[in-house]
Amino acid sequence: MSELNDLARKLLSECTVKVVIGYEEGSRGVRPAFITDPEQACKLVFDTRCVQNLAAYLNPRRKQITQLGKPAIVVKGCDARAVAGLIREQQITREGVVIIAMRCGGVLQRSETASELTSDTVSVRCAGCNDRDPKLFDHKLGELPPEPPVNPHRDEQIATLEKMTSAERWNFWTGELSRCIRCHACREACPMCFCVQCTADKTQPRWIDPSSTPPANRAWQTMRVLHQAGRCVDCLECERACPEHIPLGLLARHVANTMQRRFDYVASEDPSVAAPFGVFRPSDDEEFIR
Amino acid sequence: MSNAVENETKSSWSPKIVAFVCNWCTYTGADLAGTSRLQMDPNVRVIKLPCSSRVNPLFVIKALERGADGVIVSGCHTGDCHYSTGNYHARRRFAVLHDLLHFMGVDADRVTFAWVSASEGNKWQQVVNETTARVKQLGPSHLFQHQEGGEGQ
Repeated sequence: MSELNDLARKLLSECTVKVVIGYEEGSRGVRPAFITDPEQACKLVFDTRCVQNLAAYLNPRRKQITQLGKPAIVVKGCDARAVAGLIREQQITREGVVIIAMRCGGVLQRSETASELTSDTVSVRCAGCNDRDPKLFDHKLGELPPEPPVNPHRDEQIATLEKMTSAERWNFWTGELSRCIRCHACREACPMCFCVQCTADKTQPRWIDPSSTPPANRAWQTMRVLHQAGRCVDCLECERACPEHIPLGLLARHVANTMQRRFDYVASEDPSVAAPFGVFRPSDDEEFIR
Repeated sequence: MSNAVENETKSSWSPKIVAFVCNWCTYTGADLAGTSRLQMDPNVRVIKLPCSSRVNPLFVIKALERGADGVIVSGCHTGDCHYSTGNYHARRRFAVLHDLLHFMGVDADRVTFAWVSASEGNKWQQVVNETTARVKQLGPSHLFQHQEGGEGQ
């Protein structure tokens, strides 16, 4: 990874950027690193454990990081989609960030332990990824690794749910969401949750009950997913952050499928593509409207 | 299901349905239905909004959570929006909401989306009666059921 370390050192010592947001070795696998000193650039690593979507740290809501100065960020293709999303939604400017894109051969589900990429250990989001060779970048590093194995778990689960009756689906979600402790880690980990004040925190009126009851949990997740519709880049940080292992990725994938089926919209690395809720086609499907 | 709810189902239960309608078409259409003395089930509570695009999907969820057995969302036909394009944008949001509610196990018959113009009093009558019949068929909603003492507002 000396290529990455050299580039980070160069960017910092030439004062092109003030901070490089990347990955470093931690006590429990890799963790996000914020390198401000060129001497520390040697700490940066990149391998299949680099699961985290660091674009969350570009979010203007995170003042403690944005105040450090102009950032450079280490991204995979999926993270580049989130950076593109933040530019599209005018949260950051393209000139305001240096994008160091890594060619990617898939990542593991968790960042804690290194292991071989197999169809069980590889992240479900890597299945069918078109962004392994990132298209949004200032510097692109590494050789393109071979395509990772496919983890079909999530798509299978969605297919199973689609086949159920609505009562069975209801019970499935009641069971899953009953574990929610309303810590809102899903929101905090999300690179695209950038509202200054979240609807869930509003008290006048109180839209979402803050207590952890089944109806409140359901309303919270429904609202969160709807707010991410057309923004979600399917990085699965919500699911990874969830201490209760609620399969939030199923909801994300379902909405992404809807977006693709109905509006031909797929989250991409092109910030100039309009957000699907900002535009419409007169010919949009309305088979569900009487 | 609690005993109280069960008894209610057997005897006098009649669904509560909330309708979010746009000021320019559906509200006027509903008004026409009223002045034309069209017979409608008295289960629908109408909430008038400036445009169907004012309907935040959260309104629908909140209505279900606070005890509505069914919800109607209605506005101008596409192309007829008073604000030119409001209902086109609304349609995209409703599509995602419709599919998501289905995926989360809410019976599609509880939430009705309709376009009713100012001259379609008959269609409003039809939408109201059909929705009421469908919700009656499904029985009381215990979906998002409001918990005692859970809510501030």
